[in-house]
Amino acid sequence: MNRDFIIFSVVKIAIVIGVVETMVAYAVLAERKISAWIQDRVGPNRAAPPFMRYIPIVGPALTRLGVFQPLADGLKFLLKEDFTPAGVRKVYFWLAPAIAVIPSMLVIAVIPFGSQLGHQQMVISDLNVGILYTFGIVSLGVYGIVLAGYAANSKYPFLGGIRSSAQMISYEISMGMSVIPVLLIVGSLNLSHIIGWQAQHGWLVFFSPVSFIIFLIASFAETNRLPFDLPEAETELVGGYHTEYSSMKFALFFLGEYSNMIASAAMMVTLFFGGWTLPFWGLDQPAANLAMGIVQILVFLVKMLLFVVLFIWVRWMFPRFRYDQLMDLGWRRFVPLALANILVTAVVLWMRTG
Amino acid sequence: MIVNRKPLTFWERLYLPAIAGGFKVTARHLFRSLFGGKTVTMEYPEQKWAVPPDYRGAPYLVRDQDGNTKCVSCQLCEFVCPPKAIKIIPPGPAGQLADRPNAEKMPQEFEINMLRCIYCGYCQEVCPEEAIFLLKDYSLTGLSRDEMIYDKKKLLALGGEHGGIQKWKHKLEEAKEQEAFPVKF
Repeated sequence: MNRDFIIFSVVKIAIVIGVVETMVAYAVLAERKISAWIQDRVGPNRAAPPFMRYIPIVGPALTRLGVFQPLADGLKFLLKEDFTPAGVRKVYFWLAPAIAVIPSMLVIAVIPFGSQLGHQQMVISDLNVGILYTFGIVSLGVYGIVLAGYAANSKYPFLGGIRSSAQMISYEISMGMSVIPVLLIVGSLNLSHIIGWQAQHGWLVFFSPVSFIIFLIASFAETNRLPFDLPEAETELVGGYHTEYSSMKFALFFLGEYSNMIASAAMMVTLFFGGWTLPFWGLDQPAANLAMGIVQILVFLVKMLLFVVLFIWVRWMFPRFRYDQLMDLGWRRFVPLALANILVTAVVLWMRTG
Repeated sequence: MIVNRKPLTFWERLYLPAIAGGFKVTARHLFRSLFGGKTVTMEYPEQKWAVPPDYRGAPYLVRDQDGNTKCVSCQLCEFVCPPKAIKIIPPGPAGQLADRPNAEKMPQEFEINMLRCIYCGYCQEVCPEEAIFLLKDYSLTGLSRDEMIYDKKKLLALGGEHGGIQKWKHKLEEAKEQEAFPVKF
C-alpha cells in the first residue's frame, strides 16, 4: 500500500466518476433526442446560456442539438424544493436514493476501461473475482428501489417496490447463470483476463451468443428499462417507486438508473465484445505508449456508447411486458435456457479437452 | 362477443421477427426525422399555424368603412357575457354623441377583461350593430393583470375596420335560412 497507489487510485476514481456522471447527463439528453427523432419530433432545442446566440453557426447549432439542456436540467433539480411528504419513514426515505446510486457507481470500479497509460492499469480495482463482485453489488441495487417503495408509505411506490424486488431477483438468476459459460471458456473471473483472452481468441459473443442474448435481456430487466420497466410504469403506477420523491432525491434515482445502464453496457462490452480491444491496428495488445492507451480508452467508450444507444433505442420500440409475461419469460424461458447453455458449453469444453 | 383469436404460429411466438420489425420501423423514423427533416413538430414562436376562418379568437371592437365607432353602447354584450368580462360605461344623457350619422350614441368607455374572457362568441352573436367580432388573435400576454384589461381605444385599434353595416342583409339571410330549415318528420 504505497503512496503512489493511493494517489493514482483517487485520481482514477475522480475521473471515472466525473466521466460517468457527465455521461449520465448526456444519456438523458440522448434519450430525449432519440425518442424525439423516433417519434418524428424535434426534441429539446431551446436551452442555452444567453451569450450563445452571439457565437455564429456553432452557438445555434449546439443549442439546436440541446447540448445545454442537461445543464439546465441539473440546475433545476438542484434548485427545486426538496419536499418530504408527511407520512414517510424519514430515515429510509433519505437512505433510499443513496442506496440506489451507490451500487451502480461501485460496479464501474472493476471494469477495465483501457489497457494502460504509462504504467498505470486503466481499471480502478483489478479484482480477481471481478464478476462475482459485480453480481454481488448489482444485487444490492434492488434495495434502493425496495426501500424507496417502502419508505414512501404510499400505495403506488409500494407496488413499484414489490414489482422491482420480484423482477430484479428473478432476472439476476438468469443473468448470473448466463455468464457461467463465459467463465467456463475463459477460466477466470478477472475481467482483465477475460479481455486478454478475447484479444487472443476473438470476441466471446461468437463463442457464446446465447449467453450474450440472455445477459442483454436480463440487463434490460435489471436496469428497469423498457420493455421491463414495471417498477416505474408511469401509466400504471404514477411514477412507481419514486412517486413521492422530488428535487435532488428524485434526480439521484435517475442518476442511479442511467449509471446502471452505463455499468451494464460496460459489462457487456467487457464480457462479450472484447473490452478495450479491437482485432486490428495492434489495438489488442496492452498499449505501449500514451496515444495507444488513449485510443483504447476511446474504443471502450465508443463500444459502450453503442450499447447505451441500444438501450435507449429499445425503450421507444416495445410496449411494456405484462407482469406475468415478465415472470414467465424470466423463469420459464431464460432460466432453463441458461442452464442448457451451461450444460452444452461444459460438454463441448469437456469433449475438446478429453 | 367472443372473438376467435388465431393461435400464434411458431414464427410469431419466437418474438424475434417482431423485434426486427420494431428496429426497422424506429430506425426508419429516426433517420427520416434526423436527416430528412420530416418532423411533425411546429416550432411555435417562429412558426405559427394558419388560423381557420371561423376561429374564435379575442373579441375586439371594429370600426366601419369611414373609421367610425360601430358600437352604440346598447350593453347587450355586457349583459350576455357569461364570465362578465365586458364592462361598458354609456355616455349618459349629456354625454358625447356618436361619431357616425345614423346612430345616437357610442360608449364612453368599453373594457374587456381578457383574463376573464372565455372566447364563447356570445358578444359577437348578440351584437345588433356588428360592432364586436372575435378575431384571430389567440395568444394575448401581459405583464400585469391591469395590462390585460383592454380599454376602448385599444380594442378599436386592434379590431381595425370592418366594412359597412350589413346587419339587415345578414338578418334577412338568417330569416330565410330559418324558413327553409329542413325539418323532417
